[in-house]
Amino acid sequence: MIKKILQGIKATMGIYEARTDGVYGLLAEFPHPGALIDAARKIRESGYQHFDTHSPFPIHGMDRAMGLGQSKVGYLTLIGGISGLGLATWLQWWTSAIDYPINISGKPFFALEPAIPIMFELTVLLAALLTVGGMLAMNGLPRPYNPLFYSREFLRVTDDAFFLHIAASDSNFDLQETEALLKNFGASSVEVIHDHGHSDLNSA
Amino acid sequence: MSNSTGNSVSIPAEPPLVTGNLGFHDITQLVSYHTEKRPPSVWYMTLLVSTSLLSVLMLMIGYLVWNGVGVWGNNNPVGWGWPIVNFVFWVGIGHAGTLISAILFLFRQQWRTAINRSAEAMTIFAVICALLFPTIHVGRVWVIYWTLPLPNQMEMWPQFKSPLLWDVFAVSVYFTVSLVFWYIGMVPDLATLRDRARNTFRKRILGFFSLGWSGANRHWRNYEKTYLLLAALATPLVLSVHSVVSFDFAVSIIPGWHTTIFPPYFVAGAIFSGFAMVMTLLILARKIYGIENIITIDHLEKMAIITLLTGSMVGFAYITEFFIAWYSQVEYEQYAFINRATGPYAWAYWIMMSCNLLFPQFFWVKRLRRSIPFLFVTSIIVNIGMWFERFVITVTSLHRDYLPSSWDYFNPTFVDVLTFAGSFGLFMTLFLIFLRFLPMVAMAEVKMVLPESDPHFYDNHDSKPEHPEAQ
Repeated sequence: MIKKILQGIKATMGIYEARTDGVYGLLAEFPHPGALIDAARKIRESGYQHFDTHSPFPIHGMDRAMGLGQSKVGYLTLIGGISGLGLATWLQWWTSAIDYPINISGKPFFALEPAIPIMFELTVLLAALLTVGGMLAMNGLPRPYNPLFYSREFLRVTDDAFFLHIAASDSNFDLQETEALLKNFGASSVEVIHDHGHSDLNSA
Repeated sequence: MSNSTGNSVSIPAEPPLVTGNLGFHDITQLVSYHTEKRPPSVWYMTLLVSTSLLSVLMLMIGYLVWNGVGVWGNNNPVGWGWPIVNFVFWVGIGHAGTLISAILFLFRQQWRTAINRSAEAMTIFAVICALLFPTIHVGRVWVIYWTLPLPNQMEMWPQFKSPLLWDVFAVSVYFTVSLVFWYIGMVPDLATLRDRARNTFRKRILGFFSLGWSGANRHWRNYEKTYLLLAALATPLVLSVHSVVSFDFAVSIIPGWHTTIFPPYFVAGAIFSGFAMVMTLLILARKIYGIENIITIDHLEKMAIITLLTGSMVGFAYITEFFIAWYSQVEYEQYAFINRATGPYAWAYWIMMSCNLLFPQFFWVKRLRRSIPFLFVTSIIVNIGMWFERFVITVTSLHRDYLPSSWDYFNPTFVDVLTFAGSFGLFMTLFLIFLRFLPMVAMAEVKMVLPESDPHFYDNHDSKPEHPEAQ
């Protein structure tokens, strides 16, 4: 049960479990972004869920083609911002009005006006850090081990190549049928990816 | 995707952002190549000069720490001499990068993609130089941690009502957020370098810093949202940093400092000087590294226009200050300004006026905006002018305080001069290391502004073009 939930969470990060025979999935190359977005839509319409596209830059409209909703990172930014604001307010109020009040020219021990700059700074700081931390967590990064990295062709994904990867963990996955489907949708080449090492899921 | 063949309304084409018919791979090659080949001999020569200056800086800091701040020209009324002038100067330069990466991103100014990486790098290095000066200016550097919110041995806390403490927070938060923004923007490009790396050591290092990036769309989705949010957070941050720096002056009661115009005026000046520094560096870098097709003359022209705009804003602020001094009918305020223009520091005032207000006005002429030698010279003049602006604000306001018996003229010592010169060594050394080891152009972002990156680019072509850029 817990394992299933964990697998579901990891699937949203693009981390999939290899089959017992070591097959991680199929990696299909497409000639250009237009073909990739087309294929992604058709793959989704064919009922696949554990798939992802890989490209050197984000492709406009790909989230819709893959059926992905809005990113949730923004909620973490909000939480970070509120905590920063709270921390700054509490810090300035508690240190100067409660813990060690010092009378300077008869000014109030704590007032909102001089507290604003630091309230702003800490709001931005924590919001930014939580946004980045949250992005990395939601993406399952850093992920030094990825079975896709075994593919020689995949080295070009950060240069000028466009790939679609269907994971073997998908319930519709079938080595022959899926490969035929990908070829049918315009893949210029399809490669079977094996997981040679210990993926983090298997060891967990 | 097949229904758009009838959709062939021709929109007047914008000039291409990347010239020379470059494809995706060409961009990867053009940018990555410089981190992989042996650097050109100019690089080594510049590095030699920079590291020599850096050693001068280290020596001067050592000399200062050993002897105390008396080695500077700071005297009784002018307690804030060159260290604070240099701090404001460097922190101002450190504004362009995050402005380009954040504000221009929110305004969807796609031309920024060519210059944002190097401008952000410049920002970070300038802020490092800036942070150095107040740190050594405190005198006893070894207790600089007193600026952190920690109770001291008497259980007292730092004074949060002090603008100087706001400054500590503002500049260090700006530095942290800029660094994070820069690094996150670089992760996909570091992955590009990782995938091109031949030897294991290079692969390992880049593999570590690229976090296992695989260009997955599930990742791009969160990544792009993060980038947008960071831009939205960094935008007010950029505007706040120099505002808070200006509070150091404006919250005091010194005539010439105590003005409400300071925050916007400082921000405009910061952007002005920052863009000038970006121009100086990029005019050289694009030439030496042969990336004139990515950082095109159009980019430089756009920066010249921003320089013209911000320069005029700064000039307008100078004149407004004078007007308000007269209009306020405050004798001290009036004296401070008349003394600036005609007193012992009139020479500095007029250098500032001509460099900042006059010279950028040449950019009204399109031919001059597109002349690289002229841009280069003006960008340096602007930065000289902006250094003098900070000098004028800091020193002329302090050298005549309320008590005539303490009036004095400020003269810098060799330590002042060499420390400032040395800070350029620090800045240049860091920038050269950046040019050598990191992708100086945001490759993934530049690829995105190519027409071939749009999936609809392929709608009208029935065959799959092998080289879409041939279209």
